[in-house]
Amino acid sequence: MREIYADNNATTKVDEAVFDEMRPYFCELYGNPSSMHFFGGQVQKKVDEARNRTAALLGAQPEEIVFTACGTESDNAAIRSALEIFPERRHIITTRVEHPAVLTVCRNLAKRGYRVTELSVDGEGRLDLAELRTVIDADTAIVSVMFANNETGVVFPVEEIGAIVKEKGALFHTDAVQAVGKIPLNMADSTIDMLALSGHKLHAPKGTGALYLRKGVPFRPFMVGGHQERSRRAGTENTAGIIALGKACELAGRNLEIENTRVRDLRDRLEREIMSRIGNVQVNGGKAERLPNTVSVAFEFVEGEAILMLLSEKGICASSGSACTSGSLEPSHVLRAMGVPFTCAHGSIRFSLSRFTTDEDIDAIIRELPPIIERLRELSPFGREFLATAH
Amino acid sequence: MWDYTDKVREHFLNPRNVGEIPDADAIGEVGSLACGDALKLYLKLDESKTRIVDAKFQTFGCASAIASSSALTEIIKGRTLDEALNVSNQEIAEFLGGLPEEKMHCSVMGQEALEVAIAKYRGGALPGHDHVHPDMAGDVVCTCFGITDQFLKKVIKENDLHTAEQVTHFTKAGGGCGGCVPKIKELIAEVMGGQPKKEHKRPEKLTNLRKMQLIQDVLEKEVRPLLWADGGDLELVDIAGGTVQIVFRKACAGCVSSGHTARFVEQKLREFVADDIRVEEVEG
Repeated sequence: MREIYADNNATTKVDEAVFDEMRPYFCELYGNPSSMHFFGGQVQKKVDEARNRTAALLGAQPEEIVFTACGTESDNAAIRSALEIFPERRHIITTRVEHPAVLTVCRNLAKRGYRVTELSVDGEGRLDLAELRTVIDADTAIVSVMFANNETGVVFPVEEIGAIVKEKGALFHTDAVQAVGKIPLNMADSTIDMLALSGHKLHAPKGTGALYLRKGVPFRPFMVGGHQERSRRAGTENTAGIIALGKACELAGRNLEIENTRVRDLRDRLEREIMSRIGNVQVNGGKAERLPNTVSVAFEFVEGEAILMLLSEKGICASSGSACTSGSLEPSHVLRAMGVPFTCAHGSIRFSLSRFTTDEDIDAIIRELPPIIERLRELSPFGREFLATAH
Repeated sequence: MWDYTDKVREHFLNPRNVGEIPDADAIGEVGSLACGDALKLYLKLDESKTRIVDAKFQTFGCASAIASSSALTEIIKGRTLDEALNVSNQEIAEFLGGLPEEKMHCSVMGQEALEVAIAKYRGGALPGHDHVHPDMAGDVVCTCFGITDQFLKKVIKENDLHTAEQVTHFTKAGGGCGGCVPKIKELIAEVMGGQPKKEHKRPEKLTNLRKMQLIQDVLEKEVRPLLWADGGDLELVDIAGGTVQIVFRKACAGCVSSGHTARFVEQKLREFVADDIRVEEVEG
């Protein structure tokens, strides 16, 4: 069965050009970049090139890029470093809708005596910067706020947040895993001190990531050992992965416009057609500024896992904010923080597109989805009663 | 992705006996939209009203909830009511070739709906049945999903459960805010080990001042950390005699289950301080 892949916020296809770029660095050019011979040296040159390419996508300088193993590592490293730099500051600010890569770190730190403030969001998933201004103080070591939400695609005003953080002398970190490659970035003119990105969300392989670290911002490494990455991240480099990430960043820069035109048009069409063909639906965060590739739709009175399984039978890959898919019993913390009613939260489905998504993919989703929702509503003891009163 | 058996998949994709029976003899309804799954079971009996001749269902829930409902109706058709009452949740799971442990609560839901339907038909009043859970007899342990100690003890015993995590997989209890996990552990100990319920040592006599200090202590150490874990919080407004006024903050403010949470706070304060404590939620 051919897959109709609409789950790009979970992971993406490795671009063929990216794979071609990394392929020689396994069996042929396998040298260690730290070695004092030509064989390692030629790999070092490619790693340098990858660093330049990654920096270029962010509008940063090459020495501000630290390669890591994933977005989660970058997030962990940033937060822990800030706390070591400001040992006297015991306050962390984040949001209720962060990815677990940040939220779990903060909640674990709360158990160890740190004061953690989780900023709330409104019904559209937007932050209230007045709340940030109220809670930030001289005790705040780090503010970690995601650039764009993985579930709803809602984009946060990170530059404004960074400006507020600067006034208090704290550090500002952003988990930009979903934003890089979709939103133009220019670190040269930014209030962001640290930024996490992940390779496999932008058509590089899994197990690659980077931390942007502003020049002059002190840093205490998470992983210590050798002098790799200027002693900011020890461990022999994942050379093939780094080279792949560099290539993926170069391509992402070139395709930024496509993401914001063609991909956005596809997403808009999908959203429009779902809204017009199916009743009792709402777009989560629909009124907020959003990533161009993401739509989270809530179908009332049906359960997300059942929708996903039936979509999967038709080859369609999406994801859900429902409890049942994750093994937890509560629907997504993001939708709950937004106050999405339970009737909707359990039946929320996220479609996330990429530059590889085609018109035919969207046609297929639009064709297959309405009968699936109808069928599950027929099965549901609630669907009919509620729908009857709604019409 | 869940490792569902072919039988679960098959019963999900082609569920048997879906729909309503307009002239059903017995109807059992469990679960709710808020809980994430719900089942309405219809039974039609033979002329002598002893044997189930037809069973249909409507289910809101995940694939395994739908498959479990389908399996349940297949199992009970042709059985007498007494035979049907002997159907356990394990039998439903076995019929489907097994369920992932995290999904066992789906089989428990099927068994419950059957019990409720038959109890209602026979006129056995369900004490305090509130559409969330049929077996409301006993004290509510899990306020998120409205689950009582009696029901939990029954499931722990029947399924030989040893950890709080297992209890969550089978009943959902403890899967929300997690505040009742210590209580669930006590229940497991009680059922499996026959150990008596642990009583907290409460001071015999309290001056007003000491009582106020103790209330503050319990809120700080026993209550607020549990609310934080779920993104919520509360503030103590005033203490007047036995009445403790609180205001909910963050996730708890305006939460649909803040009433449950207030009762949870009250329960904790009674446990640690005094029986006459009343918690009142006030406007912040």
